[in-house]
Amino acid sequence: MSAILNDELKHKLINDETKKVLIAPLVNDNPITLQVLGICSALAVTSQMTTSLIMALALTLVTAFSSAAISAIRNHIPSSIRIIVQMTIIASLVIVVDQVLKAVAYDVSKSLSVFVGLIITNCIVMGRAEGYAMKNPPIESFMDGIGNGAGYSLILIIVAFFRETLGSGKLLGFEVFKLTKDGGWYDPNGLMLLPPSAFFIIGLIIWSVRQWKPEQREKIDFKILDIAHGEGGHH
Amino acid sequence: MLKCERYQKLCARLDKCEHYQKFKAYKDRILALGNDSLEKTFAVAVALCLVCAVLVSFGAVALKPMQVYNKSLDMKKNILDVAGLLEAGADIDKAFSERIEPKLVDLETGSYVDNMDADAYDQRKAAKDPAQSIAIPKAKDLAHIRVKAKVAKVFLVKDGEKIKSIILPVSGYGLWSTLYGFLSLDADGQTVQSINFYDQAETPGLGGEVVNPKWRALWKGKKVYAETEQHSFDKGSVEGADFGEAALHLIKGVVDNNKPEAIYEVDGLAGATLTSTGVTNLVRYWMSEEGFAKYLNKVRTVKLKEAKS
Repeated sequence: MSAILNDELKHKLINDETKKVLIAPLVNDNPITLQVLGICSALAVTSQMTTSLIMALALTLVTAFSSAAISAIRNHIPSSIRIIVQMTIIASLVIVVDQVLKAVAYDVSKSLSVFVGLIITNCIVMGRAEGYAMKNPPIESFMDGIGNGAGYSLILIIVAFFRETLGSGKLLGFEVFKLTKDGGWYDPNGLMLLPPSAFFIIGLIIWSVRQWKPEQREKIDFKILDIAHGEGGHH
Repeated sequence: MLKCERYQKLCARLDKCEHYQKFKAYKDRILALGNDSLEKTFAVAVALCLVCAVLVSFGAVALKPMQVYNKSLDMKKNILDVAGLLEAGADIDKAFSERIEPKLVDLETGSYVDNMDADAYDQRKAAKDPAQSIAIPKAKDLAHIRVKAKVAKVFLVKDGEKIKSIILPVSGYGLWSTLYGFLSLDADGQTVQSINFYDQAETPGLGGEVVNPKWRALWKGKKVYAETEQHSFDKGSVEGADFGEAALHLIKGVVDNNKPEAIYEVDGLAGATLTSTGVTNLVRYWMSEEGFAKYLNKVRTVKLKEAKS
């Protein structure tokens, strides 16, 4: 790397801020487990590992490039049409990604069907545009997009791992457990193939992350008062 | 270096251009305006739309040939697959053009249409065009597709002059989606070779198992039409009545091969009753008089006449 990049550029690309925005979203500030964004597609595409991987890649690219583009023009975006400007940029990028997939990886684009188009409405992309790219320079915003995309990808891969192995006894299409219908021992869990199972898995992931890092637990909004003596009878 | 020179030349020419100077002055004025002024809001919106529109249309137009090619390749792959001719690593285009012949069939009469280009015809497009399609009466619309194209595109697999298999396009509603696929029959128009769905959006793992090769293999050798004790195909009188109604259907659970009716039965998909019903309906619809029954009848007649002479 150092042969290609001079020190100045290197410093621009790798400094404390970019390191922070790249690494923090993996666990400490994960868009799915902490911010609880982008759940919809995490439910929809995770029944197979292949589709999850492509979806993760597509979302990471869209988040990174849309954040960079929005950040590049952030000082000239009129606040009254702020959201629609972000949406236009995101939507254009998503269409381009969709077209590229259709041209290059036709089979995958067939199995992802509408979900590529639905990246437009993915809360992570919008959230990063509004929350980070509008206030920070392009390189940092780009890195932030990559970081958040990676955080999303990580959760998607974990969920898809459990759903595909337990639901169809396969991983990336290869047999892991031999199914009873093919003469093996594993009776697949049909629930794992349906979107609600991702809720359970994501819920368990959020629980375990917050067990591990108690500071992620949300503060209680309000405390229910202990009922004083004598008031319990009144309704 | 050449690029740099060209770029500088371009810049020089742009600098001389009056309109560009005007544009530049306007751009500077707009950028200097407050972000919330009306003029800037409009200017930013228009500029952004222009840039995005150019980007999207460039992408769409540049990638179009590849997408069209992929789509037709996918279709050919499916047809070869259902014909049992798909080999890993083989040249799909070549195999398709060598072995498979597209033919157009008029569903009303069951005879071939020769005055249209079979290669260019798109049955799914035609079904959407009011001039080329026909509404299906509700009582007859088993497959819930509402309209069908008047002319269907079938594919013949030939071994020399002899027809080896007949590949028929079928479609029908499952649980979530319309299933599009091909049913491949032997030259007798009665014995199933294979079935394949190339476009469906049923529940993955349940109804989506219609694409599972193991399930599809169960179709091989099944009979489409109910056969009478001594059916006319063997007797020699083929015109008119011979085979009964389409009898092939999916059942709940696993087919008991010892039963005589097993040749008309295929295992249903576990956990996907509605998709299974949809598949039964689409087979029954497309094999009825509304679909390919007349055509298949003619194929048998021709075959028999050839055998006699």
